[in-house]
Formats: sequence, C-alpha cells, structure tokens
Amino acid sequence: MAVHTSQSVVKAAGENTARGRSRGTGTPPPTPGRLRRALSVHWYAWAMVAPVVVVIGVIIGYPLVRGIYLSLTDADERNVARSIGVNEIPATYEFIGADNYVDALTGSQFLGTLGWTLVWTVSCVSITFALGMALANILNRRIAGRSAYRMALILPWAIPGFVSVFAWRFLYNEERGLLNKILGGAGFDAVPWLNDPTWAKFAVIAVNVWLGVPFMMVALLGGLQSIPSEQYEAAEMDGATAWQRFRHITLPGLRPVSTTVILLSTIWTFNMFPVIFLLTRGGPGEATQILVTQAYKFSFEISPRDYAQSSTWGVLILVLLMVFAVVYRRVLRSQGDNW
Amino acid sequence: MRRGITATALVAALALAATACGSDDETGSKSSGELSGTVTWWDTSSVGSEDKVFKKLAEGFEKKHPKVDVKYVNVPFGEAQNKFKNAAQAGDGAPDVIRSEVAWTPDFANLGYLAPLDGTAALKNQDDFLKQAVASTKYEDKTYAVPQVIDSMGIFYNKKMFEEAGVEAPADLADLKTVAKKIKDKTGKTGLYLRGDDPYYFLSFLYGEGGDMVDAGSKSVTIDKPEGVKAFKAVKELVDDGTAKTDASDGWENMMQAFKNGDVAMMINGPWAVADTLTGSEFTDKDNLGVAPVPAGSAAQGAPQGGHNLAVYAGSKNLDASYAFVEYMTSVDSQATAAGELNLLPTRTSAYAKKEAVDSEIVGFFKPVVETAVERPWIPEGGSLFEPLRIEYTKVLTGQTTPEKAAKATGDSYRKLLKDWK
Repeated sequence: MAVHTSQSVVKAAGENTARGRSRGTGTPPPTPGRLRRALSVHWYAWAMVAPVVVVIGVIIGYPLVRGIYLSLTDADERNVARSIGVNEIPATYEFIGADNYVDALTGSQFLGTLGWTLVWTVSCVSITFALGMALANILNRRIAGRSAYRMALILPWAIPGFVSVFAWRFLYNEERGLLNKILGGAGFDAVPWLNDPTWAKFAVIAVNVWLGVPFMMVALLGGLQSIPSEQYEAAEMDGATAWQRFRHITLPGLRPVSTTVILLSTIWTFNMFPVIFLLTRGGPGEATQILVTQAYKFSFEISPRDYAQSSTWGVLILVLLMVFAVVYRRVLRSQGDNW
Repeated sequence: MRRGITATALVAALALAATACGSDDETGSKSSGELSGTVTWWDTSSVGSEDKVFKKLAEGFEKKHPKVDVKYVNVPFGEAQNKFKNAAQAGDGAPDVIRSEVAWTPDFANLGYLAPLDGTAALKNQDDFLKQAVASTKYEDKTYAVPQVIDSMGIFYNKKMFEEAGVEAPADLADLKTVAKKIKDKTGKTGLYLRGDDPYYFLSFLYGEGGDMVDAGSKSVTIDKPEGVKAFKAVKELVDDGTAKTDASDGWENMMQAFKNGDVAMMINGPWAVADTLTGSEFTDKDNLGVAPVPAGSAAQGAPQGGHNLAVYAGSKNLDASYAFVEYMTSVDSQATAAGELNLLPTRTSAYAKKEAVDSEIVGFFKPVVETAVERPWIPEGGSLFEPLRIEYTKVLTGQTTPEKAAKATGDSYRKLLKDWK
C-alpha cells in the first residue's frame, strides 16, 4: 500500500521534470500576449488562488521581513515589547545596521559552525544517495519477497522523526545502550557514541542517513522504472557489461530524478534540526552544532535570548541555500539540463 | 479558560460589592476573607518521589481554602525556565505560581515577569528565613520570591562498597583518587560518577581551587584566573586516570542509574536526589547511603548554595490567592513535611526545630553544609553563566580543548554577557 502510493508520487515527479525538459527545448518562449490571454481565460483560477497567495504572504512574507528587520537591530529578550498581565513594556531596541552580519562573518563561531554544517550536509547527502541508489537497483530486480523488502525499507520514513531519534538515543547510550551491550558481548570496549566529538559526529550522520535512505530509495526506484527496458535489451545485444549498462543507461536515465532529490535532500539536511537537537543538542561541547540548531539556541536556550543574532543567522542560512540552489541550477544547465 | 477568568472576576466583583469596602481592589478582596479562583502552580520537582509530596501539600491548601482550586502541573526542571519565559513573554499560558530555581529568580524579575511580594500575604515572618536563602529573592531592593527549599552538595556514597574496599569517605582530591583506586581493585567498580553535561556539578571543584565564575562585588570575571584553570585540570585528571566516569549526554539519568545499581561507589549530589536514590536496588536498606562533604581542592572545601523559590507571575489573574498559596507552601509546617518525607532542607529557622527535620539524618548532615556553602552571584545573568561554562566544561572532559583554553573561552563569553565587567 505504502509502496504503491509513494511510487506514484515519485512517478508524477519524474513526469514533471520530463515535461519541464520538453517545455524548455520544444515550445517557443512565452510572450506577454500569451500571459494576458491566459489571465483572461483563467481569471477564475486566479481568483481561487488569490486567498492562498494572501495567506502565504502573511504567514511567510511577514515573518521573513520581520526577521530581516530584527537582524539589523540589537533586539534581545530584555528590550523587546512584552505585555505581562496589566504591564505593557514597550520595545527599546535600536537599529544598528549590518553590525550583526559583520560580527557573524568575522567571528569564528559562525564560520566554524558553517564548516561542520557543510561536512554534515555533504556526507549525509552523498552517503544517503549512494545507499539509496544501491537499494533501488537491488529492489528493481525481480527478487523473491520484493514488496516485503520495500515495505521494510520504507519503515524509517513512516515513523515520526522524533520517535526514531529518541530510539537511537537509547541505542547509543554509553552505559546502558544496546549497541554497547552488543559490542561488550563481542569483547569490544564501549564506544562513547555521543560523548566523544568524533563519534558523536559519526552518530548523528548515521541516524540522518538511516532516516533519509527510504526517500532516496523510493525516488530513485521510481526513476529506474521509468527507464525503458528496451534500452537495456539493446545494450545487452551489443554486449555491454553490467557496469557499462549502469554507467551509460541507468545514470543518465535517472538524471532528472537524481538532480531533484539531491537538491531537495541538500536543503533538508542543511536545516535538519530534529536529528541534531534531539540526539546531541549540539554536543558534546559544540561539536555537532549546525547552523539552525545554533540559531535556535540563540533565540530560545540562552538567557537573555538573543533575537537579533538568531535572525541574523537565519537570514544567512537562507542566503546560503538560495546561492546554492542558483549555482546548482546553473551548473546543471551548463551541462545540458533545462529546468 | 476565558470563561473561567470571567467567572472569577465576577465572583471577585460580587465579593467586593458584598463587603462594600470602599478601598481599592486588593485590600477589598483581602478583607472579604475568602479566597477563591484557580491557582496554577508549576512545580519542577522530580517525578516519582518529590512531586507526590508537593501535590499532596497543594491539596492541603485547597482544604484550607475550599473555594480555591489549585491546578498542579509538574514541569520538568530542565524545561521550566524556557517554558515559563515563552508563556510569560506571550502574556498567555503562564502559571500563577512557579517554582523557580534560585538563579532564575533575578533573571525573571529583571525581565518584568514577576510580581513584587513586599507587603503582600506571601511574606510572613520574614525574619525566620535563613539569610542565605533570602539573598536570591531580592532584586533591586524588592522581593520577588519566597524561598521554598535550600540545598548544597555533598558526596553520596555506597557504604557497602566502601566497607568491601576498606575505605573511608575522601576528604580531598588526593584522597578521592586513592579511594577510587582501592574500590576499583577490590570491587572492579568505578569510584566516582562525574556529570559531564552540567557545570553545576563542576562548581565544588572550582571553589575547591579557590576560584569562582565571577566576582559580583568588584564586577570582574574570575573564571579565567589560574584557579579556574586548575579546577578544569582537576576534573580532567579525575576522568583521565579512571577515578571518575563521565558523560556528555543524559548525565542525570546515567548518574542516578549507575549509582542506584551499584555500578559506581560515589556521586556528587544534593538533597534533591535523596528520595530518588533510595528507590534504587542498592538502597533498599536506607542505611547503605552515606553522605560526606565534597572533597576539598588545593585551596578550600566548597559546595555551591542552591535551592528553589516560589515566585508569583506578574500577570496572574488571581494574585491574592497566589500570595496565600506561596505563603502556605513556604510555611513552617509545609517545610517540615518536605523535610520529613523528602529530606529537603527548610529555609525557615524554626522548621529545623520540628520533629520531622530533627529526625532526618540528611537534613542534619546538610544543615551545616548549607551554612558554609558558597553563595552564587545573585545577578540577572547568574543563570546565563552556566551555558558558556557547560560548553567548555564538556569540551575539557571530552578532550576537545585544554583547561587553559577552556578557562579563557569561558571568561571571554562572560565579558560579552556582562557588559562593562573587568
């Protein structure tokens, strides 16, 4: 059941990208006249969409503008407006320009955290992609109990993230966790999973990979199924080896799907708050703190809460991701992909 | 919720009209003599032991004032500060009364979240309170909380394991090392569990070397002085030579389990941990739990003074009932009950004369410890000093930084936090 629905979603996504391709190469660029015609024909649709646009503007646009504004001030818990019972305390924070950005970009904290965030994102995405690709290829063959395997591999995706993370936390517990019990039984020393900076980094990446593989696998499986089997047959007739078939048919055939999932997964992993926060809270020390968890910490965990610095980091995260998305698209386009 | 408030207001208005008292609201409802409405209380005591006793106490208040409904909510200690701040700032969902850790009180007061209590029913027989306990409740010459319990820290040890190893409670760090070694040799267990994720458990080592986080008197940061570096070195040595086990996550849980199950012989802890400790399999015989002063460092022997206050939210819709509730919960009888059932230390001098307190060995042990405990700086930033220290403390224990660098980094963060301090 779950397998079926997930597959159809991915297939739809695959078709979308395929359509995008043909739109770019096949049809002429849209002219203003066409747009006006579309408006006059589809005014009803536009009217129906308008409320959504307004709501999105209010719930995304306003906080965004407000966040950018706060990042240019020295707002913290003590000087923002608040009402306590009958007391109304007015805001006394001031506009300080780009000072917060200068502090963030010249200090070691932001750059240090950014460094680990990049390592975390790149390793998570590449490992998840490799594993997802391997599993998708295995499950794309006709093997006995294929749907049972697919079910089992989807499971991490079906469990709410925080439940899995807490389960992992129990497994990782140095004194009483199952992992160390098993290692102990085999005669190994206990591993300080969450108490040693290097192991903690390994631990958070492992959990995130575990959580991310099902999505990759399902997406790539959908992609694999959209590759016409005639291509493989033809290649086999020509005497291509399995590796050659993978290299020259599977990989190019998966391109529309894989570029999309890599982009998505990079953005998600970059901002993967729950895994880090619930597993290590950024610790030990600050070893696993990524940009979002640190921004959260400024805004909710320290006292007085530093709203200005938190929003500065938030804006910087947004800018980084936007730059990444644009560059990524450029690179793809230069390689012949149009989307 | 809103209807409840309206009803409360209506009842209050009626009461006011009935007494036909010409004075202002506050004295009006007071003179009516009957308190009514709902008092929501956020308790932060540990679930399974302390919460039961406090809940029962709160129900006693309802019996005394039948028209008051006490809504008892247990909020985990680790979350309470944040939760209260969120609610108080939003102006919605904050409790009427909160059990505030001593360091939180000046912070909350400074942010305007607490109601001043001077001259209200909350403060009765003020002179009876221990002087150290009162210190944390004052902010800018006003009183913002009433002390509920006071505490300090000591070494909790497993008497059976000590006998087996033939050792006595250690007096200083050198002693601690030899004791731990003997325990390891005789029983195969680790000597001490040292929480690595909470710098509060580092304070006695810091004081032991003659250091402190800051000096509020001269407005200077002291953590990065040589004493601070020595303290970081001391804890690192304990972990490196195997005297102590440590951790960077789930510290409380791991420490309690290890001690309760007899995996370690000692832990540094306070009276708040007694009730929980006694539920452990090693302590079915209560007498197996020994308590001793924290080990002395090279300069002194010092444990931090801690405790909890009860504070009233400035936005409470039911201030009078809240004041009365705070008074009741901090009364001599309530404190004696907590001392008798939970071994918690009263903040009122006269409560120590009560039979319950006299009978408790733990209270008897900690009373003099509290009297000599090191007071923390009662400044709004007092609670904020821990986060930078936590990061560096954990880094030292997990080998990510050196004691020197850790002391310097903590000091730098403090100077950023405390503007204009040396």
